[in-house]
Amino acid sequence: MKIPLSWIREFSPIPQDISLEKLESAFVSVGFEVEGIDIQGGDLTGPLVVARVVNIEELAGNKKAIRYVGLDCGEGSTRFVICGATNFAVGDLVVAALPGAVLPGDFAISARETYGKTSNGMICSARELRISEEHSGIIVLPADCAKVGANAIELLEINDVVVDVAVNPDRGYALSVRGLARELAASLALKYSDPAQQVNAKDFPINTKGIQVSVEDKTALSIVYIRTISDFNASAVTPLWMSRRIEKCGMRSISLAVDITNYVMLELGQPLHAFDATKIDTSLIMRRAGKTKTIKTLDNQERKLDSDDLVVADKSTALALAGVMGGASSEVTDKTTQIALEAARFDPRTIAKSSRRHKLSSEASRRLERGVDPSLAEISSARAIALMIELGGAKYVGSSASGEPKYGPIVSFDPNFVSKYLGTEVSLSEVEDKLTIVGCDVAKKSATNWEIDPPSWRSDLLLAPDLVEEVARMIGYERIPSTLPTGKLGAGLTRMQYRKRSVADFLAGNGFSEVYNYPFVNPDFVAQLGFVGDRAKSFRLANPMSEEFPDLRTHLLPGLLLTAVRNQGRGAKDIALFEIGSVFRNTEKLETQSVIGTDRVPDEATKTKIYKSVPNQPLHVGAIVAGKLGSDSWNGKAQDFTWVEAIGFARSIIESTGNVSTTSSSDFAPWHPGRCAELQVDGKPVAHAGELHPRVIAELGLPERSCAFVVVLSGLGFPDTKKIQTLVTMPAAIQDIALVVDDTVSASTLEGALRAGAGDLLESITLFDRYDKLGDGKVSLAFTMVFRAPDRTLTAEEVSQYREAAATSAAKACGAAVRA
Amino acid sequence: MALNVADVTGSVKSALIAINEAKDLAALKIVKTEHLGDKSALSKASQALGKMAAEDRAEFGKIVGSAKAEVTAAFDIKLKELETARDLKVLSEERVDVSLPASKLPKGGLHPLTILTNEICDLFIGLGYRVAEGPELEAEWLNFDALNIPADHPARTMQDTFFVEPLDSKLVLRTHTSPVQIRTMLENKPPIYVICPGRTYRADELDATHTPVFSQVEGLVIDRGITMADLKGTLDYFAQSIFGTDVKTRLRPSFFPFTEPSAEVDFFFNGRWIEWGGCGMVNPKVLEVCGIDTNEYSGFAFGMGLERTLMVRHGITDMHDIVEGDIRFTRSFGIGGR
Repeated sequence: MKIPLSWIREFSPIPQDISLEKLESAFVSVGFEVEGIDIQGGDLTGPLVVARVVNIEELAGNKKAIRYVGLDCGEGSTRFVICGATNFAVGDLVVAALPGAVLPGDFAISARETYGKTSNGMICSARELRISEEHSGIIVLPADCAKVGANAIELLEINDVVVDVAVNPDRGYALSVRGLARELAASLALKYSDPAQQVNAKDFPINTKGIQVSVEDKTALSIVYIRTISDFNASAVTPLWMSRRIEKCGMRSISLAVDITNYVMLELGQPLHAFDATKIDTSLIMRRAGKTKTIKTLDNQERKLDSDDLVVADKSTALALAGVMGGASSEVTDKTTQIALEAARFDPRTIAKSSRRHKLSSEASRRLERGVDPSLAEISSARAIALMIELGGAKYVGSSASGEPKYGPIVSFDPNFVSKYLGTEVSLSEVEDKLTIVGCDVAKKSATNWEIDPPSWRSDLLLAPDLVEEVARMIGYERIPSTLPTGKLGAGLTRMQYRKRSVADFLAGNGFSEVYNYPFVNPDFVAQLGFVGDRAKSFRLANPMSEEFPDLRTHLLPGLLLTAVRNQGRGAKDIALFEIGSVFRNTEKLETQSVIGTDRVPDEATKTKIYKSVPNQPLHVGAIVAGKLGSDSWNGKAQDFTWVEAIGFARSIIESTGNVSTTSSSDFAPWHPGRCAELQVDGKPVAHAGELHPRVIAELGLPERSCAFVVVLSGLGFPDTKKIQTLVTMPAAIQDIALVVDDTVSASTLEGALRAGAGDLLESITLFDRYDKLGDGKVSLAFTMVFRAPDRTLTAEEVSQYREAAATSAAKACGAAVRA
Repeated sequence: MALNVADVTGSVKSALIAINEAKDLAALKIVKTEHLGDKSALSKASQALGKMAAEDRAEFGKIVGSAKAEVTAAFDIKLKELETARDLKVLSEERVDVSLPASKLPKGGLHPLTILTNEICDLFIGLGYRVAEGPELEAEWLNFDALNIPADHPARTMQDTFFVEPLDSKLVLRTHTSPVQIRTMLENKPPIYVICPGRTYRADELDATHTPVFSQVEGLVIDRGITMADLKGTLDYFAQSIFGTDVKTRLRPSFFPFTEPSAEVDFFFNGRWIEWGGCGMVNPKVLEVCGIDTNEYSGFAFGMGLERTLMVRHGITDMHDIVEGDIRFTRSFGIGGR
């Protein structure tokens, strides 16, 4: 809220010489962020005077209207200036900047030749003086508000400090001069007088005269006042002191009646609405819209009503969207002489819902949805009609009220709790003092039981910690010392957390760059990549950031591919990316979440239901290599990254988790159907790796033969802790064997057969050559087998027997022939 | 053949001259053959000893022996000298430009969000915390209701929160990692000391300082006698570990539905106060719905954005760099550099 310091000073003696730093920190220390401080008039120097228009000469022949205006500035002679505005007439009082004046923006005024005349100054608009945004014409002052030649800087109270204060949602009362003056006074330890206490509501008693009000839905509001006046002078203008305050708070001056309602709202925090009483059919009813379908609001918009909207209605129809915006039909106009003024303490949620439903956030709804002091309906309405009587010559007719103001409960409170909770000693007298400053009544029942009656405007003070916060912000959070507690059950990372880290380190250390892609994907792109079935079942967002990416990812590759493309577009050549992240598949039957309150701890069954309403979100690691891993260099080309390396990386990741995988061929989009491996652990697929589908690569414009692998990190178990055998130090015996098989026989099958036949003393087996130029659909695979016995050196005869046995096994299982 | 001393002395002299004059190892090899080889004068003198009378043999033997030793010693010295010279020459010729780029080696890197997350987790593990994680697609009740954010709270509108279709699935992309705190409290009895890192979502447009997908880290402590001073001390320790030991923090009164009292935490860095995150004492309403006895236990919680932390610490000026996956950005952090 924007608030001028001059207005606060009416209720608390803020020192004239307070520094801006001190002002800001005074607000901040009690919980109000300062979004800006505007020193109005700080960049303005006079002479700026009140002048009467004595002569207007329209200069013809210009693109826009130009006037040559004679002004009486109290100088004894007429001063002539050029003016481009037309919203004034002879006899009006205006504001003139005379030569020598400097307006905001370092705009120096001097006598100058223009439009063939000498302009001896300037008639000013509000924006030129930087006192409001108004620039549709020049300022026309109320008649007889000042003498010609008077200092307009003083008259318009231009010199002021306007503070823009952010108000948290729990502090609705602070959206007012009353609230912010109280907070600032408390923060600076200054006196404060409450403007609400300066209103005498008893001057306007309840009676049966004027517009009467009834409440149909008592859950929607606790109290409403309708006060009626007559004989309001519709042509009376708002006095400068009032319009200037309204402008400084960032609102516009509209008409006296409306200005008074806004002024009182700004001062006290209670939104008010003025109806033209002659437009009301008999009486007012506060009710839900129900069957009333539409209302035309003040902004001339025809709005569809929800049956749950609260309206202020008369006998025939809805007149206002309660607490949000008035209606056009009963709007106060420049003909209005009879006014019914409404002030109510609405249920904040009712107003919040209406405001959101109609996407209408008004000054009134902002305050009402945060909760307004229930005592203000009576007080503020009285204050407003007193002003209407004083400034508009109105006569009091009568008042009607319905309901009772409802206040928060008394809070029982052990005052020692403050020190215990804050971790610093706060004396009991200090606790009492600070609670009193924020407006609480403190009744000390015993040393450990105080009964705290929170002030009418603080319905949020319900529990002991609420009171601790009040004391804490009043003594200042900087009083809180610094102590460091430590946990008692620390257990380090979980195995999954370690796994995540080591996989990331492994890939980063091997040349992959980690990325975090948004998990939002385009369904057409996912389909284009060839994802089908469960792997394509995604969750769709109800309100995506962009219609292009409405779905949650079911796989890491769509994001990685697009990021690779982006990198390529930025000139990167060899791109190796990886991401570790969750994927979302809409494949489970989920529990529906029924309405679960927060008034008690959910039981086990309810908890299970909540947990089971949330889908399992597997953790994947995915990687893509577009180009090479590493780059060609002055000393040679980098090694190509092929399907072999992709599978190797996937296998290494699985092995690093202590799991053993088997590899088989797979036809899995978006991989190349003949160059994709599925890696399984215990018969369950946990990874896919290989070369990407050539069509996908071509469509994305990625380098040919780009590769990718994905491992389901959360799908891998945690095998038992490894047991390590003592290393055998006897010499190894090495045997090479080359076998010819059909090219449909996979290397891993052949290796398995050799392993099975070679016996227990086989230590390792490694494929060291593959020759596929034999023709006839044959291929030769050569392996090195290392044998070692724990207790002796193996003889040549023994080792060649093992080799024979392995060859026999391979022949039997795979039809392998030993190559000559 | 007769032997005389003068001949032997002469042979020694000419051998020493020849050794001395050998320019390289090849020349020295020839010298060796000539002066120490089988056909050299000294070898012949040795052979002649056998034919000498016994009484002469001893005397001449000594002379020839010492002559051979002298020449051999000189040869060995020269050999070593020439070998050293040759080695120096070869090694010098094999010199390379070690400043040549080693660019063939692949260069990867961890994303700084990972580095920072690890750093923070390790820091709190050192304080006896556990690292708690939870799902990103989360139950509305855990993300909002249990945290004292009622159904009509502005944060729960579609302007702020991503909802999943159909709306009655009541699933949202979590707007903070706080539902992990709720899950932890529902499933564990105090004392609870956890740090909760993770990805979070809010419907903000991506610009230089905002991203709809961001990372948070939250801390939660529930124990007997936990005070706001404990919160302040923990934040001081945290800030100083991340930003440097001379960093100060400040708490400012604020409002969050799930804490009371609530505060914003700022830290003083490079000459100005920077907003870091929110914190406070856990609201008793939140503790109670999680089944924690508020007469016995109290607690604090805090939360901050990791992107913002990174931006401040590393002087990153544009959020796009953090989210777009440009390898130049990740590579600049290498495999764990700060």
